[in-house]
Amino acid sequence: MRIFGEGNFFGGFYVAAKQVLKPRVTTEYPAAKRPKPPRLHGRHLLNRYEDGMEKCIGCELCAAVCPADCIYVRGADNPPDAPVSPGERYGFVYEINYLRCIHCDLCVEACPTEAITESKLFEFSFTSRADAIYTRTELLVAADGKPQRLPWEDWREGEDRFSSGWMRATSPSGAADYEGEVQWSGELGYGVRAPEAGQRGERDDAATGNISIRETQAKKIPVRFGGRRR
Amino acid sequence: MSDPLFAHGVDLGVVVIVLVKVLVVFGFLLVSVMLMIWFERKVISDMQNRIGPNRAGKFGILQTLADGTKLFFKEDLLPERADRVVFRLAPFLSVLPAFLIFAIVPVGGVVTIAHHAVELQAADPPIGILFLLALSSVAVYGVMLAGWSSGSKYPLLGSVRASAQMISYEAALGLSVVTVILESHGLSTRAIVESQAQDFWHWNVLRLFIVPFAIFFVAGTAELNRPPFDLAEGESELGGGFHTEYSAIRFAMFYLAEFMNTITMSAVVVTLFFGGPDGPGFHVVRWLWPILWFLGKTVIFLYIQVWIRAALPRFRYDQLMNLGWKWLIPLSLGWLLLVAGAQVSRAWGFGVFGGVVVAGLLLAQARATARRRREHPIEGRPLAAGDFAGLGTSTTVVDRTRGGS
Repeated sequence: MRIFGEGNFFGGFYVAAKQVLKPRVTTEYPAAKRPKPPRLHGRHLLNRYEDGMEKCIGCELCAAVCPADCIYVRGADNPPDAPVSPGERYGFVYEINYLRCIHCDLCVEACPTEAITESKLFEFSFTSRADAIYTRTELLVAADGKPQRLPWEDWREGEDRFSSGWMRATSPSGAADYEGEVQWSGELGYGVRAPEAGQRGERDDAATGNISIRETQAKKIPVRFGGRRR
Repeated sequence: MSDPLFAHGVDLGVVVIVLVKVLVVFGFLLVSVMLMIWFERKVISDMQNRIGPNRAGKFGILQTLADGTKLFFKEDLLPERADRVVFRLAPFLSVLPAFLIFAIVPVGGVVTIAHHAVELQAADPPIGILFLLALSSVAVYGVMLAGWSSGSKYPLLGSVRASAQMISYEAALGLSVVTVILESHGLSTRAIVESQAQDFWHWNVLRLFIVPFAIFFVAGTAELNRPPFDLAEGESELGGGFHTEYSAIRFAMFYLAEFMNTITMSAVVVTLFFGGPDGPGFHVVRWLWPILWFLGKTVIFLYIQVWIRAALPRFRYDQLMNLGWKWLIPLSLGWLLLVAGAQVSRAWGFGVFGGVVVAGLLLAQARATARRRREHPIEGRPLAAGDFAGLGTSTTVVDRTRGGS
């Protein structure tokens, strides 16, 4: 039996002792957060047009497509004197049960008006089943177009900026001709979002909040392959 | 050799001094267990590139206090099939020896308080180190009864493992202690410490040439059920081992006992082999230096214990038994003979040394022969076709050298 040397019986002592001098890999979570992946699926938002009108037209496609059956929508006719949305109808009742939602984003893909998108906000908790159901009141973006900062959610400055990442990612639908073409309506508070990086190389990562996987995982990649030292 | 405190009879002052010593040792042990658990978690997190506890208090130093408080207020579950009396008794059988063993460890020199010569240790019984062996055997009962009385199979398996392991290693532990007793000419821990007190080459680790120390340390780690000998807990196989069914304050008592035993075992190693409180002192606060030396040496051994835990994977059961019975016990027996021979005279020492060497060589030769016969059963060469030709007509011999299966 070989006893000494790394990888052998007493090599364990050397390996363990060597780690003492190395820096820690822990992120002290509540105090510090790691950057979120670009296509993270968090809780939903109901967006508005730049003039403040709601985008939702109450068509219930999202509810129909939802595999977890967590969305409940009832449309109603727009009141003629004070319309809520530009169309004929609007989302009168809109509820998402977050005990059921699996954040698959099919609702976002189904939505014909880009009314519902997913933000990167996922750090929320509730103490009762009733609280797990987000209604239109909570989902709708505030008067300035920003997601509402609900008291039981933990999010910091800037985390709400890139809320429609997944929609932007799926927009060219894989058609190379539409890469870089903006095909969606503007949002209140953010205007027309910049197009996501395509494969042709035109990209504005600062505007889209895109962080390459290579960047988020930099510490896990060996330095000789372009990773960052821990 | 006996405690100089009782040399002139027992009066009120002596009673007060003894009470104070007991209370100080009790408090010291509780606080040091608290620090030890924190220390272990911090050091092991260092070795695993983590931060470790850092929430409760500065550097998380109060984490153990928080955990203990939580355990104290949790519901105390008693399994339906448990033996109610024994189940409640077992944690105490674990904790009490842990407290008591430390009583015989000399933490400092001899000081004079109010005209009494006071040894800085809770008790100095004439049986000394035998007390350690006796109480560490009692601790086996704590573990064994805990597993047995739980009325559940995994704890029972854990306790069977634990008792087998502790009994196996106690022999090697005891034999290496005997070498120390032979060298120090005394059972009392104070006598053992004083016999090493001149210079560091009088420390038993050097006088007995390391081997008894190594045996004692390995066997002691096994006695503690600490990694790599923690088969009794074996999370991956036994779901927690003998204390699976324990919760709340009773579990905390096992945990307390485990870490207290770790501290005590390190202190005993320091006492037996590293001169205890021995070390260079200075003329300012003369009573303090021995205590600091003792604490420093103990902390070094605690660090080594944690290091072992971080570095070594758990032994398999047969490896554990092999190490105990086939290596440690013969080695400690041989070394005991050697030390005993050297005590009688130099000639005897060399004679015994020669005997041990010859016996060791014979043993090695026997093992080698056994292995060769196992691998090559006939005339020292591999089996070949035709070896059994004369035995019967239907015998076919598979030629193992050709890789046929």
